[in-house]
Amino acid sequence: MTATEREVAAQEIVAESSPGLVKTITRAQATQIVIVLFGLFILFALINPEAFVSVFNFRSIIVNASIFIVLGVGVTFVIITAGIDLSIGSVLVFSSVMSALVMEELGTEGWAIAAVGAVVAVLAGALWGLINGLLVTKAKVPAFIVTLGTMGMALGISQVITGGIDLYNVPEVLVDTVGFGNIFWEIPMLAVVAFVVVIIGGLVLHRSKFGLYTYALGSNLEACRRVGIRVDFNLTWVYVVSGICAGIGGYLSLSLYQQTTIAGNSLTNLAVIAGVVIGGTSLFGGVGTMFGTVIGLLIPVTLRQGFVISGVQAFWQEVVVGIFLIGAVYIDGVRRARASRRSGVQPKQKTIGGLKIGSTRKEGNSEKKSN
Amino acid sequence: MPILEARKVVRTYGQVVALDECDFDVTEGEVTALIGDNGAGKSTLIKILSGTEQMESGDIHFQGERVSMTSPAVARDLGIETVFQDLALCPHLDPVRNWYLEREIRIGGLMRLLGFMNNKLMKSGSQDAFSELGATVKALSVPVGDMSGGQKQSVAVARAASWANKIIFLDEPTAALGVVQTHNVLELIKRVRDKGIGVVFISHSMPEVLSVADSVQVLRRGRRVMTLAAKSTTLEELVGAMTGALDEEVR
Repeated sequence: MTATEREVAAQEIVAESSPGLVKTITRAQATQIVIVLFGLFILFALINPEAFVSVFNFRSIIVNASIFIVLGVGVTFVIITAGIDLSIGSVLVFSSVMSALVMEELGTEGWAIAAVGAVVAVLAGALWGLINGLLVTKAKVPAFIVTLGTMGMALGISQVITGGIDLYNVPEVLVDTVGFGNIFWEIPMLAVVAFVVVIIGGLVLHRSKFGLYTYALGSNLEACRRVGIRVDFNLTWVYVVSGICAGIGGYLSLSLYQQTTIAGNSLTNLAVIAGVVIGGTSLFGGVGTMFGTVIGLLIPVTLRQGFVISGVQAFWQEVVVGIFLIGAVYIDGVRRARASRRSGVQPKQKTIGGLKIGSTRKEGNSEKKSN
Repeated sequence: MPILEARKVVRTYGQVVALDECDFDVTEGEVTALIGDNGAGKSTLIKILSGTEQMESGDIHFQGERVSMTSPAVARDLGIETVFQDLALCPHLDPVRNWYLEREIRIGGLMRLLGFMNNKLMKSGSQDAFSELGATVKALSVPVGDMSGGQKQSVAVARAASWANKIIFLDEPTAALGVVQTHNVLELIKRVRDKGIGVVFISHSMPEVLSVADSVQVLRRGRRVMTLAAKSTTLEELVGAMTGALDEEVR
C-alpha cells in the first residue's frame, strides 16, 4: 500500500465511521440537555416529592414556559442564521397593546372580537419583524444593533400610546379559555397553542425548503448567494417569523395576565435567547433544533418552580441559568474547534448578530486567499 | 464557434485593476485551461462569468447572444456551473443537501405549496449522480464540514459537473487533492467534456493542464495575452507565456 492509497483509505474510513443514528442522537446537545432536565426533575422530586410531583406543579411549569416557548420558536430560526433578535420582548408588548386597543375599540366581549384581536397581534408582530428583516438585509446594519434599536422603539411606542399605563380590557372568553382554561383534564389551552406553534415551526424548520435555507444561510451565506438562493428575501422572512411568534406571544400574554404587561418584559428577550442557546442552537449559525429549544426553555422554568418548592430563594434560578448558558456556549465552542481541527477548515462566521466577537480558542488554520 | 465569448471585460478593486479589457472564449466539448500567475485575474474572470461579481464594462455573449450576468441565478439558468476556489459548500449540511441546494425536490400534494421536500428522492438522486460521476463520496448523511478537504472538493466538483449542461468553470479543483483523487477529477473533466460541455479549468499545475486541456488561454495582469493549442505546447512555453519571458524571445 502506498502512502497515498493509505491516505485515501483513511479518509474514506473517517467518512464512513461518522454516521449512525444512536451516535448522532447521543452526541446532539439536545439529548444532553434532556438528561439535564430529567436530572432536575429527579432532584426536585427527591427533595419534595408531594409538592413537585403533582399535577398542579407540572401544569404551572407548562403554563409558565408556554409563552417563552412560542417566542423561542421564532428566535431559533433567527439564531440558526447566525442572527439575533433582541426586540421580541418589546414586540410582545407592542402586539398586546395593539390587540388590546383594537378589542377595546370594538367592545371587548365575544369570540369575534377576540379573533380580530389575534389577527391584530400577529400582524403587529409581523410588522416589526419585517422592519428588522429589511434593516438587516437591505440597510446592512448588524442584527444586534437593528433589534436593539427596534427593542427600544417598539416599547417606546407602546408607552407613548398608552401613556405607560397597562390596558386591562381583555375579552372574558379569551381569559377563560386560552388564559386559564384546559382543553381537557388538566391540559392548559395555553400549552396546546404553544405545542401547535412548536409543531408547525419544527416542521417548517426541519422539513421545508425555507427551513433548509435557514440552516444554509447560517452555514455559509456566500455559498447560498452563489447557488442563487434569494438570500435577502429568506433572511427577511426569518425575522418576520420571529416577529409573528412575538405577536402570538403578546396575544397569549394578554390572555394569561389579563393586561398588557408593559413593564414586565424587559428581560424576556434575554431569557428566551438563553433558553434557545441552552437547547443547543449555536450562536454561530447553522446548528439548532426545535426540540432543543423546547427543552432549553423548560429548564429555567423548572428551576424556578423547583427552587420555590424546595424552599430555596427563587433568585438562585438566575444564577443557575447563567451557569447553564455559559456552559452551553462553551460546549458549542469546543465542539466547533474540534470539528474545524478535524477538517482543517476554519468556520467562516465569527460574528453573532452581525457583530464581530473575539475568540481565544484556536480554530484550525488560516483561510486561503483567492486572487 | 465559441459558446461563450467575453470581450473587453474590465473590473477594478479600488486602485487595483484586476481585469483590463480582458477577452476570453469557451468552446463546446473542449477543455480550456485558464492559466496565469497569482493576481493575473483568473478567479475574478470566473466570478464575473458566473454572475457572482459584476464587471464595470465589457460584453458577454452566450451562444451568440448578448447576456448580462447580473446574478448567479442567471448563469445557472443558462446551464453554467462553477466550482469556486472556496468550494461554496454549506459545512453544516450533508452532501445531499449541498447537492440539491436551490434545486430541492418538493413532495407532491398540498404540502408542496408550503415547500416541503422529498428527502428520499433527493438522497437516491444524489447517490446515483455521485456514483455515475465516480466520485468517492461515501457518507451522504454527514455534514460536509466534518469531511476531509478532498471529500469536500469531490462533493463540490461532482455537484457542478452533474448540473452543468453547457459550461462548467473549475477554479483550482485539484488544489486540496491527493494523487489518486486528482486523477479522478481529471478523468471526470474528460467525461464531462465528452458530453459536449465546455470545460474551463484553472490550475497552477502545468502537467495537469497539458494532460487534460485542448487549448490554453494565458492571462497576465488582467489581460489575455495568448491562446495556445495544448497539443503543440510544451511546459516551458506555458511558463514562459505566464511570466512574460516568451514575449521577450518573440520580440
